[in-house]
Formats: sequence, structure tokens, C-alpha cells
Amino acid sequence: MQIQRVSNPMYYDELRDAANQIRPHYQTYADWLAAMPPERIGHKRTEAEMLFHRVGITFAVYGEQDATERLIPFDIVPRIIPPEEWRLLERGLIQRVKTLNMFLHDVYHEQAVFQKGLIPREKVLNNSQYRSVMHGIDVPSNIYAHIAGIDLVRAGAGEFYVLEDNLRVPSGVSYVLENRKVMMRLFPELFATHPVAPVDHYPDLLLENLRAVAPQASSDPTVVLLTAGSFNSAYFEHTFLAQQMGIELVEGQDLFVRDGFVFMRTTRGPKQVDVIYRRIDDDFLDPKAFRPDSMLGVPGLLDVYRNGRVSLANAVGTGVADDKSIYPFVPSLIEFYLGEKPILNNVPTFDLGKKEELHYALAHLAELVVKEVHGSGGYGMLVGPSATASQRAEFRERILASPEKYIAQPTLALSTCPTYVESGIAPRHVDLRPFVLSGKSVTIVPGGLTRVALKEGSLVVNSSQGGGTKDTWVLEH
Amino acid sequence: MLSRTANDLFWMSRHMERAENVARILDVTHRMSLLPYAPLQPGQDWAQPWVVPLVITGLVTPFYQTHSELATDNVLKFMVLDASNPSSIYSCIKKSRENGRSQRGAISSEMWECLNDTWLSMKNVSFDSMTASGLGSFFEWVKMRSQLFRGITFGTMLRDEGYRFIRLSTFLERADNTARILDVKYHTLLPSVADVGGAVDYYQWGALLRSVGSFEAYRKVYRAVITPLKVAELLILRDDIPRSLHTCMNEIYELLQELNDDESVEAERLAGEIHSQLHYSRMEKIIAIGLHEYLMQFLQQIAALNGEIDNQFLAPVYQ
Repeated sequence: MQIQRVSNPMYYDELRDAANQIRPHYQTYADWLAAMPPERIGHKRTEAEMLFHRVGITFAVYGEQDATERLIPFDIVPRIIPPEEWRLLERGLIQRVKTLNMFLHDVYHEQAVFQKGLIPREKVLNNSQYRSVMHGIDVPSNIYAHIAGIDLVRAGAGEFYVLEDNLRVPSGVSYVLENRKVMMRLFPELFATHPVAPVDHYPDLLLENLRAVAPQASSDPTVVLLTAGSFNSAYFEHTFLAQQMGIELVEGQDLFVRDGFVFMRTTRGPKQVDVIYRRIDDDFLDPKAFRPDSMLGVPGLLDVYRNGRVSLANAVGTGVADDKSIYPFVPSLIEFYLGEKPILNNVPTFDLGKKEELHYALAHLAELVVKEVHGSGGYGMLVGPSATASQRAEFRERILASPEKYIAQPTLALSTCPTYVESGIAPRHVDLRPFVLSGKSVTIVPGGLTRVALKEGSLVVNSSQGGGTKDTWVLEH
Repeated sequence: MLSRTANDLFWMSRHMERAENVARILDVTHRMSLLPYAPLQPGQDWAQPWVVPLVITGLVTPFYQTHSELATDNVLKFMVLDASNPSSIYSCIKKSRENGRSQRGAISSEMWECLNDTWLSMKNVSFDSMTASGLGSFFEWVKMRSQLFRGITFGTMLRDEGYRFIRLSTFLERADNTARILDVKYHTLLPSVADVGGAVDYYQWGALLRSVGSFEAYRKVYRAVITPLKVAELLILRDDIPRSLHTCMNEIYELLQELNDDESVEAERLAGEIHSQLHYSRMEKIIAIGLHEYLMQFLQQIAALNGEIDNQFLAPVYQ
């Protein structure tokens, strides 16, 4: 089957170089594909869809009444990353996540970063994600973001940019593991000809990290995964990870606080819990401490946590470090805490709370991407170049109403990757979310989640906006 | 194990067992309805074969809330496809799958795939598609899916607490169902005295045995004509019949002994009491009490046991 050629020098093509030659790390795959009859690829794709459907790998889209469970489209063409590229990314990611953890510790302790004038104090302390209850609280090993999902994109010349740090409850890793499983089942021959770095030890690494941050008194800690329940968009992932790690999947109603400890209700009476891998936001954790109307949390949990009698991963208050208003400062934070030059680039970001940057952005709306500072998941954003004039006008009003709630970035020319679509195999835009685990050391399973915008020309890869996923191959040599 | 997990697993298998039992009852009713019948007089609805599934499942009143006529199609739609009837095959499979979905981490992936597959097919069943391919083959499919699920559970699931709750609810549901079927046969379908021992009676008792999959077993055990007393004995007291009350209680008692810890013994004690009544009883004694009275008492005891299992394992209240 042939891969369509659409060369557009604006975008970095993961498959072909500027001279239109297949890049070396894609050569074996491209040869294999060229020898495959299109019907066979078509069959494989149907088979993949059936596998996903049967296994029930679904996600929920908020606001859609009927489709509480939907399949995330899976693309059978892998995204391939050569070894030297991955080594660079890995170093950059470790550097970045280390810094963010140091920043969080600093913000909730000495606050040296303010004294040096690196970030205005009020920018952090007035941030809605800053949790004053965490001030002066020590967390095990000073780790706040045990699990971080860092969104990367690749622009015109092939350089990587960090688009967003996700330090609260990043999701998507289950797709990384399931995509690989399906690819190995569909195309075993490709794994014989490609030295693809394995990813399926992720749950082991995660469990090891979670056990390592247990309160010191427990030698054989009980770890649980706290979910909001089966209507949460990432519920499949919660059950998947709990099963893979062999830990209990609990909801708030299963936990209760008694005598200064957290317990779960079991068929053999109360059982003490030491580490909670929580997949619900800070706001919902404890109705006594945060939102009083939350039915998802555990009353009294925060007190137990602050007394060091239960560990939470990620820690409370990590949101202050992944907030879009803090993002522009990360490169200077890396230099400040580590004394190193940042390896990964930051996307230039306009703070619309500042007058001159607001003026610039409003004048260039058609070229910019505008995002809500606290938004996520592709909701509440404007992609200038693909928006209609009326959409831009409408967004303009929203910005003017409260400019400090928005940032703007140049529209990045996301790189393209060959993708199976209706018209054949054609280039589509992709991003990459590697998952960075911090415990005794910082580890990353090679690759991450590649998301792909299936619509031609679209730059929005979010699954809630019609994006799909691909298996990501990091070649070992 | 989390109480909520145990509760979900308990209901996952219970709903699947119920779907199978409903399919069995409907299947036999369908076959019975094909037999030649004397035309019914007005006001004799109760003697119509299609009332039986409603009586057994205790759904006569809800049925008449949405349907005015006891017609074959109405009963079928109500008992198979009606999403508002919690005991319809549709609802049972849906809830079984939902319970399984909430606890995917606690069951094997093959069990989940089976549940999900069953649901995806059930979702597409319409009244027309069901009748077009033949009612018999649809009921056969439901039974097979339930049996497949039980087999996969038996063959792939870790023998942990969750497995025991899955078995426990299966046998509770089955015991409940067998008792109800027997009772209905005696009190709703009882033909006129003249029919006892006649051809209609033979087919009805045969159908009852078929509905619990015990027709051949009866032949093997008794090598004799089918008589009501022996059918009752087979389905109540024999402990080698997979769906008899005695067999179900054997399993339930054993499972509760395994599930118990030192503190809580009430559920086990209750199960032991019911079990010993079956274990040491004689048919003559049951007849002396009255079969209907005996079965009613059994159903009440099972309900009390259910409540105790809730208190102890599935929905405990602390603090």
C-alpha cells in the first residue's frame, strides 16, 4: 500500500526528509507497507477496531448524553522515534519534571523563587491552584508530581516544544499499553524487524513508585487507586491500572477516616490504607477541606494527609506548577534550580493579562491559539487560523471580558505522521505525551501517547475533539 | 476485598443467572404454547401458558400497568426487551455487564470480554429480529451466553473471595428460581383433577423439568413415568441435581463457611439451618406441611439470608 505524498514545507514530516526521501528509521516500515495489499491493511484496521470494541477500551465525552462510552479511534500506522531523538527527549523531560517538583517544594516551603524575583509572588499565591493548606507540609521524598504527562509537539524544523505540563491527574497511559498490545497482535512480523523498546512494565514501575512514597511506618503499604466512578471519562484507565497493579479500585464512599487514619470498607471489616493514587482533582478530595458539595471525596482525608499518615499521588497543590500562567517561567526555573540550560523549548506565550501583549494578540487572532489559563482537554480554546471570522469575534468578546484568564501562543506547525484515513494513508498532525514517573529516581517508559488529528489539516488532537491515537515506537538501535 | 466490589460481583453473576432463568422459563412456555389447548373461557387468563413467566417472576402487576392484554407478543416484549422491567433479559444482561464493567479489575479479562460481547449483541436484538430467527434459537443463545460466562469464570478466575461471591449469588438466584417454578406449577398451572396423570399433565411436568434442564436426569434417576411427587423430590431434595434446592444450599453453605471470618457467623448459621432442613428432610414430611407452604417458607428464609449477607459483607455499616 502506498503512502500519499503531500509535501508542505511548513510542517515537519516524520516520514520524509526535505529531499522527499524516507527517513532511515521509517525505511523498514515503508518497505513492508509498500508490499502490503491495501485490502489486507483495511482488514487489519477492521480487526483492530473489533479488538478495541471487545476489550471495551472506551472514554466518555462530557456533555454527550447518549454516548457515555465511545471508542477512541486507533490508527494502525505507528509513530516511530529513532534512538538518538528519544535520548534527547528523555534528558529534557527528566530535567523539566525534576525542576517542577523542586519548584513545588520551594513554593510550599522557603519560597526562594520569590526572593530571587523569578516569579512575582502574587502570580503563585493568588493562583486558584495554589493550596495554602500545603504550606510547610513535608511530603515523602519531596515528590509532588509522582506522575507527570508532558505534552510535546514538533514544529517546522523538527525541534520539540513543550506545549503543556500535566501534573494533576494526567491520563492516557492505558492507551499506550493497549495500543502496543493490539499492534503486537495484528503485526507480529513488524516487531521481529523493528527493535521496539517495550512499554508494558509501566504498571510495575508505577506501583514501585507508589509503594516508595508510603508513610514511613508502613513496611508493607496498602496502595489503592481512587476514582470518581464509572462515569468519569478516564474510568477505563482507572480500572485498567488498578488491575495491572493488583490494587483495589476505590471510590470515595469506600473510604473513611477514623482515629486519624484512612480505612476502606471491606468484606472483612475496615482495612487501613497507606497510599492513595488519586485520579480525582484536589477540589473533590475532601468535602471538609475543599468543595463541601463534593460527593466523590473522603471527609477528613486532608487532615490525615497533612499529618503524614497517608500519602497522596499526586500531592495536593501540584496544579500551581502546571498552570498555563506559570508555564512561561519554566525555562528560567530550570536554570534556577538545576543550573542547567533547558533542553526542551517552551512555546512563546503571551500573557493576555498584560496590556501590550493583549493588544498584540487581539490584532493577530487569526494567527494565534488562545487558551483559557485553567482550561484543559481542548475545551475553551480558539485555534485562530482554522476558526471562522464569527468564532474569532465571539472569542474576542470573551477575552475582553476577562483578559487575565487567557494566554495566546503562535499556532505551532505540528509535525505530520502517515495515518490511515478514508482516502488511504496520508499525513496527519500529531503530538506526543510521554509519562514521567518520579520516585526514588525519575523514569520514563520509552515513547508515550501519540495523539493524531484525524481530520485533514486539523491541529487539534484531543480525543474529545475527534482525535485518535497511535502506537509510539522508540527504536532501541 | 472492598464491600462495593463484592456487591458488584455478586450482582454481576446474579443478573446473568437471572437472564438465563428467564430465558429457560420463556423457552418452555413457548414450547408449551405450541401444544393443543382447549379454548379458554373469558376470565381464565390465569390458565394461559403465557401468564406463567409473569407469575414466577412476580411481575403480573407491573405487566398490566403497561399492557392491557395477556398476548404472547406483549409478554415476550415485556420479559425480553423491556428496559423498564428490571427482570427482563435485556435489563439483566445490561446490569450484569455494568456490574462487571465497574469491577473489571476484579474479574479476568476473558470474563469481561464475554460480558461485553453479550451486551453488544443484546443491544441489537429487536422483537422482529428475535422472532425472525426463531424464538427457540434466541432463548438458546441467552442460555449459552450465561453458560459460557459461567464456564469462563470457572476456567479463568482466581479462586479468591470475589469468585466465592460470584458463586454465592449464582446459587442464591438459582435456588430462588427453582423454588418459584415449582410453586407456580403446583398453584397456577394445576390442571383440573381429571387431567392428573393425563397427557397435558405429562407435558406440563416434562416442561417444568426441561426448564431447569433436568428432564434426562429424571429419567436416569427414576426410570419411571413422571409424577408430581417425584419431580418435587428431584428438585427439592436430591443433591445430585444441579438446580435442586439441596444442591444450591450445599454450595451456599460451603461458600459461606469459606467466606466467614471469626467475628461474623450469622449468615453462615442461617445457611446451615436451611441446609440441614433440606439435608435431613423426607418428601412425606414436606407433603404433610404442604408443598406451597414449604416453598414459601424456603423463599422467606432465602430472603433473610440475603439480608444477612448484605449486612455482613456487601453493605456493612461502620462507625
